[in-house]
Amino acid sequence: MTVLMVLIRRELSLAWARGGGALLAVGFFVAAAVMLPLSLGPAPARLAAVSAGVTWVVLSLASLLSLDRMFERDFDDGALDLLALGPLPLEVVAAVKCLAQWTVSGAPLSIAAPVVAVALGARPEAAPMIFVAAALGGLAFAFLGGTGAALALASRRGGVLIAVIVLPLLTPPVIFGGAAISNFADRLPWITAVSLLAAYALACVALTPFAMAGACRNAQS
Amino acid sequence: MISALKIEDLAIQRGERVLFRNFSLEIAAGEAVALIGANGAGKTSLLRAVAGFLRPIAGSLTFIGADGPLPADDARRAVCHMVGHQDGLKPGRRAREELIFQARWTGGDEPAALAAAARLGITRLLDLEVRVLSAGQRRRLALARIIASPRALWLLDEPLAPLDAASRALVGTLMTEHLDGGGMILAAVHDPLPIAVRTVEIVG
Repeated sequence: MTVLMVLIRRELSLAWARGGGALLAVGFFVAAAVMLPLSLGPAPARLAAVSAGVTWVVLSLASLLSLDRMFERDFDDGALDLLALGPLPLEVVAAVKCLAQWTVSGAPLSIAAPVVAVALGARPEAAPMIFVAAALGGLAFAFLGGTGAALALASRRGGVLIAVIVLPLLTPPVIFGGAAISNFADRLPWITAVSLLAAYALACVALTPFAMAGACRNAQS
Repeated sequence: MISALKIEDLAIQRGERVLFRNFSLEIAAGEAVALIGANGAGKTSLLRAVAGFLRPIAGSLTFIGADGPLPADDARRAVCHMVGHQDGLKPGRRAREELIFQARWTGGDEPAALAAAARLGITRLLDLEVRVLSAGQRRRLALARIIASPRALWLLDEPLAPLDAASRALVGTLMTEHLDGGGMILAAVHDPLPIAVRTVEIVG
């Protein structure tokens, strides 16, 4: 087993052990989405009109949960120093952490997202597309969230700070993802929106590890 | 493998305060150096600078291999072991998982990790969660990692502080073996090390 696999296994097990794991994100997502019909009233037409937007707003909020511990625990207990002296660059370590975070948050949420969107009134045929869009969006959320978590290192009570750093960066996936669902509902072309979402997610995967590694080194010094 | 570590005219600043200037030290293979100095003199900061975590404001750190100076960051990844107050052990995981991960991450393997645990007398602790270990047991677990994955330069920050007398003697034996194998030790200490070392004082 290569050293990369050793790292991946450890990060997965730490991510799943941290803060309730997948149940927490999915539970929050479903609970927050259920608030909507309670506040707007049960009129199906009104709910269907806002289902796309609400699904994405709640997805982005659910993805913020447990971000604050992504790097902070390793920073506090010295594991970040050990990781920095390993054979792989910190950039790779950061990317692995974000992928592990995605398996706990983005992947389960992308299964819950179509269920919630359809329950709120999206067309059932849209479910596969919503699943793909939520999985891609979740990837962007995990890497951007990791960037916020790394930047907030060494600041006590970084949780709210992370949300403030990260939420503005989450707007493109929310815009593209919401557009994909509402275009699908209106029988308009939705491929462009999903493509832009994919492009944004891949750009995050490619670029943010450098920012995270830089932020970690800055916190260590 | 490196044959020497050369520190020249190093100056380190923390916040607004310059801890020390013009610190020079050369450690050759097979040599151990004990860093002494008052609290806050900069012993830990010097170790962290050697490990690459702190950027000195002046001076140079050179890792010298068989064919001359090595690129510092690559050398650190290959030769540095750091054991300090924070050992990176996760409280919620079992000692065995943590030791094997740390050993593999730094270039060792599972049999070596288990052998190192036996050497340090912590085999029966391996199935416990790290949270229930005492400070001395945790330190022995951290030291097992550096035995399990051979790296030339040990950077130790108060390595003996939480250890009992028997463990201190054992660490002395392990240090001697490491030095006999061509290793180097740079240790920040208040108590004397159980082996013959060169002592260098950091003066602010």
